[in-house]
Amino acid sequence: MGVDLTVDALRDLAEGAAVLGTGGGGDPYIGRLLVERQLREGRRVTIIPVDELPDDALVLPSAMMGAPTVFVERPPSGKGNVAALRALERHLGRTAAATMPIECGGLNSMMPLLLGAQLGLPVIDADGMGRAFPELQMETFAVYGVPGSPMSIASDHGDVAIIDALDNVRMERLARVMTVEMGGAAYICDYPMDAATVRRTAVPGTLTLGMRIGAALRTARERHDDPFDALTAALAGTIYSHGLVLFRGKVVDIDRRTVDGFARGQVTLAALDDPADQLVITFQNEHLVARSNGEVVAIVPDLICTLNADTGAPVTTEALAYGQRLTVYAISTPEIMRSPAALDCFGPAAFGLTDPYTPVERLAARARAGA
Amino acid sequence: MRVGIDVGGTHTDAVLMAGTTVLAEIKTATTLDVTGGVVTALERLLAASGVDRARVTAVMIGTTHFTNALVTGRRLARTAVVRLALPATAALPPMVDWPDRLTKAIDPSVHLCDGGHEFDGRPISPLDPDQLKRIAAGLGGQGINTVAISSVFSPVNAELEERAAEIFLAELPHLHVSLSHQIGRVGLLERENATVVNACLRDLADEIVDAFAEALRAVGIRAPLYLSQNDGTLMDAEYTRRYPVRTFASGPTNSMRGAAFLADLADCAVVDIGGTTTDVGVLSGGYPRQATGEVDIGGVRTNFRMPDVLSIGLGGGSRVTGAPMPEIGPDSVGYELTSQALVFGGQVLTATDLAVAAGLADIGDASLVRHLGKDLVRNGVAWMSGRVAELVDQMRVSARPLPVVVVGGGSVLMPDHLPGVPAVHRPEHHAVANAIGAATGQIGGDVDRLFAITAARTREDVLDQARAEAVERAIAAGADPDTVDVVDVDEVHVAYLPGNAVRVRVKAVGDLRLSDPATTEEVQV
Repeated sequence: MGVDLTVDALRDLAEGAAVLGTGGGGDPYIGRLLVERQLREGRRVTIIPVDELPDDALVLPSAMMGAPTVFVERPPSGKGNVAALRALERHLGRTAAATMPIECGGLNSMMPLLLGAQLGLPVIDADGMGRAFPELQMETFAVYGVPGSPMSIASDHGDVAIIDALDNVRMERLARVMTVEMGGAAYICDYPMDAATVRRTAVPGTLTLGMRIGAALRTARERHDDPFDALTAALAGTIYSHGLVLFRGKVVDIDRRTVDGFARGQVTLAALDDPADQLVITFQNEHLVARSNGEVVAIVPDLICTLNADTGAPVTTEALAYGQRLTVYAISTPEIMRSPAALDCFGPAAFGLTDPYTPVERLAARARAGA
Repeated sequence: MRVGIDVGGTHTDAVLMAGTTVLAEIKTATTLDVTGGVVTALERLLAASGVDRARVTAVMIGTTHFTNALVTGRRLARTAVVRLALPATAALPPMVDWPDRLTKAIDPSVHLCDGGHEFDGRPISPLDPDQLKRIAAGLGGQGINTVAISSVFSPVNAELEERAAEIFLAELPHLHVSLSHQIGRVGLLERENATVVNACLRDLADEIVDAFAEALRAVGIRAPLYLSQNDGTLMDAEYTRRYPVRTFASGPTNSMRGAAFLADLADCAVVDIGGTTTDVGVLSGGYPRQATGEVDIGGVRTNFRMPDVLSIGLGGGSRVTGAPMPEIGPDSVGYELTSQALVFGGQVLTATDLAVAAGLADIGDASLVRHLGKDLVRNGVAWMSGRVAELVDQMRVSARPLPVVVVGGGSVLMPDHLPGVPAVHRPEHHAVANAIGAATGQIGGDVDRLFAITAARTREDVLDQARAEAVERAIAAGADPDTVDVVDVDEVHVAYLPGNAVRVRVKAVGDLRLSDPATTEEVQV
């Protein structure tokens, strides 16, 4: 049985998805407003667990592609996302039984909900990143053998294209060029697959997880509880079982550059009571690695989240500012994202890092043993 | 000589300054009618100083009138909202996230139209003049006389907003037009929101500016009138009529700038303690540090410049509870301090009573607090200074400790030393720091938009162009060209696009040009 999304649950999900955005993924604010307007106008969003669909049901994941900055200046027409889905259905000669997120971190947690509301299409509670990543091939779908194409891409005007690329990396590059031509923000459907394949390759339950994280932060604020304790409690027992505070401190330096269209850089935090005790986070849109006084304490694909030290509200890399008080919080990524094939696709080396991947809970245990 | 006036919710403060010297200061009650309160303040100020009114060269006013109108939802004009964007943005119409209360108060006539640009300057769709003429005809019929116009990526290309304005004005010459590119930055909804707020305040702006001008005339001051903006700079009366939204949050900014001026510090933390709250902000290079991100005004999300201020419920009237480890605030007796506090013969133990008992202040009758326990007094004062020191520390941006300037009527609560603070300044005239901030305001110009970097147009070209435009805007707003400096440059590259789009923010500031007869003429209403 599917669950109808409420406005309150949507708001929780928007905040939880920003946490899972690990500094990137775009602010879900506009996305939330888009869905909220649909709900207020009487349309419904039904979220279903993946086992609800028959094995051969067609699932078309959907997303926005491009620059969040463009998206906040030019919100969608509501036609492009529908056009993308219809175009892929036509190309495949089949009708979608459901859509789902390819990414549940940030803005793209919201886009399938909008499409679901517009078309009355159920949205599967799962995604292909379990967080936010910058590129289309960085998907568990890809890791476990699903081709990303044929994919569809559409503009706000409704013009559409089908990309049938030789591999997922080429698909990403072709789609990126087309996104720029379409105004810097476009709508896509990719990784078409049947429900059995979704069950095998997706990170399950991530929309529900986002809601759970958002609700934990909200209630902690309402009750004046520690938001990070609440977060840790909310994650316990899920496939994101380990949540821990890596560092509490103040931003003392930000170095931000644009390289090949990505916001790359690093942020340095100093502990409040000891300015010599520092944590450095390196990011490429999303946070990639956190080093405490030179030692790696968390590394991609584990989640490194920068949260407001008082409220737990997520702070994106674009909003990082000198003097902010942050708590750096790490979340262990699910096992499906830690296999050797997964690490090849979106592990440290995929981002040009030479450090090996070590699970964050093991790094924490090692630090405790050393201390 | 300059007159600075701060019209607050409760008090109107005024100062008369010659150069950097404060000649006179007064505090009066704010009145319901705008003219009366300002006339009283001006007359008492002139009487106190004995200065000839003909020697006043400028009057600077900081006011909360416009903020209050929005917060209370009163005196807002019925407004048309026109967005040039179709087919883009249709899924999120204007004012989608406004509180119902305010939407009802403004009763907007909302129109989504063709137009808008892409990030790189290509049109989304061409403007349709007939569409706009039809809307104008409708507005004329409904008696709506103010319109907010926004266009996608207008901070990059303002052409369509300007053309739409021409079309509307050709149809309805009396129409007040507010254009989004002149008000906010990239981020359509937030910029559009600020533009709608501005548009619905334009009738009130005429009323308030007329009332201020009338007050000056009534007192016999023939000097130009300026209003404080939220970034600490001034705008003239005509500019205020067009951009009333820029007065929002000018209060904390004035208090910070006034404090820095009095203490002669350009980099410091300012602690402004009133009867109910304490505000802490930071000055860097003489200007308040700006808040990053979106700012909520009366429940409306906007993205224009606001000072970064932390507030807590601690002031002279704060109630004290618990002993011997007291907690102070956030409840306050507020303006009833002079009847409720112990030192005034009242029944409520307040922060002021602790300050008097500790010998920090000489207010009311000290014998009425002699019975308070020593531990209670000592712990209470330590608690207050600890809380304020904590706020100051939260606002610090480097490991270097910041000097602190304490101003406001409640500043007697603070001892001469704060934990972790190198120096506490409590300058003379501190109670009227707001009015002094208004009197010492400068004139600024801002640029904030996306630029495309190409082979023919390098990053340096783009930065040069932005700097030149900011300086030009400062001069156009009334700054003396010889004194204008670029005080801030910030560039952020736009992610996920091939590295050619950069968002540049530049601010230029200069001294107010007072000798220019054209400026004087213009404002002699």
